[in-house]
Amino acid sequence: MSIFDNPFDPDRNLRAGCACGQHRSEQEHAQATALACEPVESEEQRYEGVVASAVMRAMFPQDVARRAFLKSVGASTALAALSQFFPLKSATEVFADTGTPEKKDLKVGFIPITCATPIIMAAPLGFYSKHGLNVEVVKTAGWAVIRDKTINKEYDAAHMLAPMPIAISLGLGANAIPFAVPAIENINGQGIVLATKHKDKRDPKDWKGLKFAVPFDYSMHNYLLRYYLAEHGLDPDTDVQLRSVPPPEMVANLRADNIDGFLAPDNVCQRAIYDGVGFMHLLSKEIWDGHPCCSFAASREFITTAPNSFAALTRAIVDATAYASKAENRKQIAEAIAPANYINAPVTVLEQVLTGTYADGLGGVKTDPKRVDFDPFPWQSFAVWMLTQMKRWGQIKGDVDYKAVAEQVYLATDTRKLMTEMGLTPPTSSYKSFAVMGKNFDPEKPQDYAASFKIRKQL
Amino acid sequence: MNSSLRLRAAIVSIALLAAFLGIWHLATRSTAPVATMSPEYAKLMGLTATQGKSAMPGPLDVGAKLWEHLKRPFYDNGPNDKGLGIQLAYSIARVGTGYLLAVLVAIPLGFLIGMSPLLSRALDPFIQVLKPISPLAWMPLALYTIKDSSISAIFVIFICSIWPMLLNTVFGVASVRKEWINVARTLEVGTIRRAFTVILPAAAPTILTGMRISIGIAWLVIVAAEMLVGGTGIGYFVWNEWNNLSITNVIIAILLIGIVGMLLDQILARFSRLVTFPE
Repeated sequence: MSIFDNPFDPDRNLRAGCACGQHRSEQEHAQATALACEPVESEEQRYEGVVASAVMRAMFPQDVARRAFLKSVGASTALAALSQFFPLKSATEVFADTGTPEKKDLKVGFIPITCATPIIMAAPLGFYSKHGLNVEVVKTAGWAVIRDKTINKEYDAAHMLAPMPIAISLGLGANAIPFAVPAIENINGQGIVLATKHKDKRDPKDWKGLKFAVPFDYSMHNYLLRYYLAEHGLDPDTDVQLRSVPPPEMVANLRADNIDGFLAPDNVCQRAIYDGVGFMHLLSKEIWDGHPCCSFAASREFITTAPNSFAALTRAIVDATAYASKAENRKQIAEAIAPANYINAPVTVLEQVLTGTYADGLGGVKTDPKRVDFDPFPWQSFAVWMLTQMKRWGQIKGDVDYKAVAEQVYLATDTRKLMTEMGLTPPTSSYKSFAVMGKNFDPEKPQDYAASFKIRKQL
Repeated sequence: MNSSLRLRAAIVSIALLAAFLGIWHLATRSTAPVATMSPEYAKLMGLTATQGKSAMPGPLDVGAKLWEHLKRPFYDNGPNDKGLGIQLAYSIARVGTGYLLAVLVAIPLGFLIGMSPLLSRALDPFIQVLKPISPLAWMPLALYTIKDSSISAIFVIFICSIWPMLLNTVFGVASVRKEWINVARTLEVGTIRRAFTVILPAAAPTILTGMRISIGIAWLVIVAAEMLVGGTGIGYFVWNEWNNLSITNVIIAILLIGIVGMLLDQILARFSRLVTFPE
């Protein structure tokens, strides 16, 4: 149930309760902050709900009076009565009409993996045009190229791995250029795949000497695989070999026996299974349920020179993400993004990733609808966690102000404002604690957390 | 005699091709199903896993796909999916631009260097160092400084095709037979006239050879450069299909790259035949 669904429900409290209004108390809200941004049926309805709430509140400052009124006349009568002397429809239109974008024709780069689903599907399913933009989504050859092209301003915004904007802002592996993340693309959606010949080696303790691939140094894939190996007592720097390999080459390398396994985006994992060269050892969801994976990023410069374009772009992405988070839309999305213009992969593979009913490569069919999920809110605690891992594996040398960097790059405050305007219900806090493989992470104490690991890069 | 040799050569060529295709076909035939699986599992799996189909496509698959591409070479399904004709046109345009720029720089410069023994000696170390650098090594530097991927690709073509032309021009100009120059001097021909009427025709075959080497290198490099920067071109096509692990399309692209490369080479070979002279 969302606050924006029905302002004419007499039992609903329009002001008390938690700040987002979705829950009856702050406490209840805090429990549910594993954000469920349930999209309502249509944007018009959502805006109408927001406006109607405001009007009702203005007419009946006393909640008790409003409830009594609604109870006695019924919601539909109240709506009709209200519409008589207040033009709800046009007020909604005015509300939805935001600043005109400074730049309408935008280029957004993406890497052809299912993590980019919201960015890609927003083109064929018309989310960009709905927000007044003419966006060309351009397929790009690799993470370094997408970084360079975004820095060079060939792209106005781009699909990046969640840690990349942090790394770019800090100047790791590139010149320091301030970047920002207004939205996370997907949560979960990765997996560890091993070559079929290792199907009896399911215990990571037996993996000494194996060769693994990850897509990029500054990726959640890298940090999660390292975390997973270290938790099982393997030092990822000395006990196994980790290589950065572009996703499409992972499957070919696995077939050619050059690597023993990889932690990759789900569509690559599923492709390896589809082609019969590997099996799914573990979904990344089992390491950390709800972990961020890829992000939608833009440079600070673009945000300041074209704030309205940026806001419209973010709205389109948040909108698309909300649409993608609904299970019943996933099949349609798989078909929309499969052609050569977008991901260029067999529909069956994408469907298995997005619907969560998939072949595991060992002869079984498994179902996990949350295998990949979509949730736009850029938790700053995510950024803090990534920074602790960068520190842990020696990518950051010296001290780092975890919270300052996180707040600079992950635009939780702006996104919250935007989501509220859109009638979605973002969480009130920008930090949440979570557990990775059972170990709790407290965003208030990043220093201690980074120091608490036994296996880490020795400097 | 000559025509019968040509006929026999053609027969051998066709026989070799047939043998190659035959072996290819046999080597990539489906083997028996690898394992029994439940039908719902099999539905989620690819043909390689369910029917033991070879991961390598056979000649028939490639032929069918090639026919599909040839039927509609110029379709345009958006920025990331264009027909093979369009992709090839992009690549040829990039090679053409970079190559022409290189011609405009290398030949006059080579002429000057070749005519002056001093410059020739002085610049030689630089050219020797710059020549063996793999053109793709320039790519990050170009992307960083030019800040535009399509111009970077053209720059890479320019930089890789300039050296063979430059060196060959220098060599050709410097090794024009002394007698001819002396004759021109005796007849009191001016420097400019001498350059165009004596040295240029004499050095032309060597210059053309350099140009022919260059176009070959440029075409080799464009595919790699486009795989790197993406967007358009036959190199991007290869990368995009590789991304989908579609070996069939990669083979088709390889075939087309070979054919276009051969055509480019043939064009320059014809030019070079025009300027050769018997001594």
